[in-house]
Amino acid sequence: MFRFFASRLLQSALALLIIITATFFMLRFVPGGPFTAEKAVTPEILRNLEAHYGLNQPLWKQYADYLGSLLRGDFGPSFKYPNRTVNEILGDKLPVSLELGSLSLLLALLMGIPLGIIAATRRNSWIDYCASTFGMTGLSVPTFVVAPLLVLALSIHMGWFNASGWYSPEDRVLPSLVLGFAYAAPISRLTRGGMLEILSQDFIRTARAKGASELRIIFKHCLRGGLLPVVSYLGPAIAGILTGSFVIETIFQIPGLGREFVNSAFNRDYTLVLGTVILYAALIMVLNLAADVAQAWMNPKVRLAR
Amino acid sequence: MDRRMFFRLLGLGFAAALSGLLPACSPRESAVEQGNRLKILHRGIGPDLADLDPHLATGPGDHSVLSALFEGLITEDPKDLSPAPGVAERWQVSADGLTYTFFLRGNARWSNGDPVTAGDFLASWKRVLSPTLQADNASLLFPVQGAEAYHRGKTGNFHEVGFAAPDSRTVRITLERPTPYFLNLLQHWVWWPVPVAVALLEKYGPVESRGNRWARPGTLVGNGPFTLKEWRAGQRIVVEKSKTYWDAANVQLNAIHFHTIDDVNAEERAFRAGQLHITEALPLAKIDSYRTNAPDVLRIDPYLGTYFYRINVSLPFLNSVAVRRALSLAIDRTALGRSLLHGGQTPTGTFTPPGTGGYVPPAGITSDPDAARALLAEAGFSGGKNAPPIEILYNNSENHRVIAEAIQEMWRRELGIDARLHTMENKSVLNARSAGNYQVLRSGWIGDYNDPMSFLAIWRSDSGNNYTHWANAAYDRLLYEATRTPDAAARLQILQRAEELLLSESPLIPLYHYTHVFLIQPSVQGWHPTLLDHHPYKHVRLIDTAAP
Repeated sequence: MFRFFASRLLQSALALLIIITATFFMLRFVPGGPFTAEKAVTPEILRNLEAHYGLNQPLWKQYADYLGSLLRGDFGPSFKYPNRTVNEILGDKLPVSLELGSLSLLLALLMGIPLGIIAATRRNSWIDYCASTFGMTGLSVPTFVVAPLLVLALSIHMGWFNASGWYSPEDRVLPSLVLGFAYAAPISRLTRGGMLEILSQDFIRTARAKGASELRIIFKHCLRGGLLPVVSYLGPAIAGILTGSFVIETIFQIPGLGREFVNSAFNRDYTLVLGTVILYAALIMVLNLAADVAQAWMNPKVRLAR
Repeated sequence: MDRRMFFRLLGLGFAAALSGLLPACSPRESAVEQGNRLKILHRGIGPDLADLDPHLATGPGDHSVLSALFEGLITEDPKDLSPAPGVAERWQVSADGLTYTFFLRGNARWSNGDPVTAGDFLASWKRVLSPTLQADNASLLFPVQGAEAYHRGKTGNFHEVGFAAPDSRTVRITLERPTPYFLNLLQHWVWWPVPVAVALLEKYGPVESRGNRWARPGTLVGNGPFTLKEWRAGQRIVVEKSKTYWDAANVQLNAIHFHTIDDVNAEERAFRAGQLHITEALPLAKIDSYRTNAPDVLRIDPYLGTYFYRINVSLPFLNSVAVRRALSLAIDRTALGRSLLHGGQTPTGTFTPPGTGGYVPPAGITSDPDAARALLAEAGFSGGKNAPPIEILYNNSENHRVIAEAIQEMWRRELGIDARLHTMENKSVLNARSAGNYQVLRSGWIGDYNDPMSFLAIWRSDSGNNYTHWANAAYDRLLYEATRTPDAAARLQILQRAEELLLSESPLIPLYHYTHVFLIQPSVQGWHPTLLDHHPYKHVRLIDTAAP
């Protein structure tokens, strides 16, 4: 167990270093810089700006300096927002994305898993068809279609919610619903598939023959195995859902990390791009590890220390 | 529990969970209705501001927030933006137009209660000009004697710059040369004071350097009609009526909420949901629908900007004046206006918008395909024979694409020239522009101040915004002559001649003048159409449309 963690940790650290290095240098090769603007500034100002942020140093030196400050936990100043640091911006935006992500995830699980179970236990009934339709709709209708439709109906026509913003508890409802719906669809499909596979196995027939109630069969015998595909899907899915969705954040104007991630690249805000990339990468690694552990716990066939 | 029971319970739980999500489902008082009642204006302002420090702010939209928090020596008339008293209650201009003396009012106060003095202005301008602050707009102070030399580090002595404060309520500015638009220039936010002299800035970092953290809620001290209450990054900036502002009695609004919505579609939805009084923009595709269905909330105001194509005159083929003129003449601007521009933009054959500071542009380029063909033949490319293909570069946007496609077709049809479209992301385009790595480039220019010089100066050979490699000594001389001409009418005539010369050489192809298209609730009063989209907030009122 310890060896497993140690080796995974080492692998992750190495991967992170490669990601940082690649991002750092790729950013510099992209045309345009943080101070490329619509209206020209005088060459003196540009020179002073570059000196202020150390951009006039050789690239390897900038890279080394950046790694050094990273080790001290300092992501550096933002180029776009002169009086804010990247640490502050990430500290501001990450909790918002985490909140939206957790709510959506909760909704996705609450919708997806029961629906998948029902569909599997009532295979080829109307309820199964409904669940399949729901699954297919969720997979095929993108959030940028669902979200404006919901806003049109519930905000503009009914006046129940704000069309955008992130101030009151009500403002959480529509974005979480839309994002949750998008994830509930694959979860219900995976749950159904996993459950069906288990339900057709001999030990279930044995349990039934022994007179176990249907509930006992589902929860005691089936669920643990049936949810395995969902768990392996959830690792990367949680990373995606927690780190924010550019589309949802833009449509509902939520001040989360997803928008910052995309906009910082357009702004060539080097430090902010790196900060978000590092955060995302770290999150994905941690969650994938968690998914592996959870899978091993649920499925005796997977062993951690292989 | 049998199966049926289980599923019933499950369904019940599901329904309960869903209904728990919905609030008490009844229409609420919208932000706009509440705002009308409490005199709180909700304004969409586009993307978030980078900084609230007026010396470092760069975007044209930044004015909307900064003008609530700060006030310069003079302010603007709400209807025509002509100079109106601000911190200075009156001013004098010397006969030679070189010395401006401003007399500050005694009751001008910072939001912490300290008086606003002449020293505050001088210290602020010293900060703007200091080479270490790297203020993008520092060049707007260059008409002042010695300002440019100080900024470029040629002298370290600020006393050599033409600013003086004979006493705490008098500011004297000496100019390098007569600048008839100097008072318009003073309305730009880079001229506004920040509390340097009251030793506030130095508490939060070096005064004349980036990264000072004073311009944030809790620490920002301003002298405008409103004070900063809240700044939620990426959401909103809230300002409240200032108690210390000298003209507080005439400020009608109690607060303004600036909503930083960076997606025009989201902004339009927020407007329809009653969250905004005023939007920053309106998606192009929706203009026609508003025109038909809700004309009372649609506003199309003129705007001080021009949409045009730059031509890289250093390249073979495009270095021929005849070719460039032919390209410009071949464009049917009326057709562009009729079928592609939905926002009331005026197709144009000149660069400076008419009416800018009282200016009348020259006749300009008309649409004349026959003349265009003749010019092309004269240049040796009759019917487009032997003409190399031209590449039109634009940053990716639907609007730019349709216009480029129309022009591509006009050049093919009228001149037989093969134009190719090339699109890139915005910063890459700007980079190509700086590197001169383009043939024909989609461009836009928004005036900084209401004077033709704000447009014509970019075509000077030493201008950092020219980018076309076009340099013309006669043009430079005319602009120089204009700056030395004290008589306003004569000066405008010289500028007109300059623009005529510019258009005859065609390093650019003017296409249309911008408009500002936005939505506004009928309850907003005093929001006049102004060329710079400036709206002095103390003249803005909200009426309670719901009140009986």
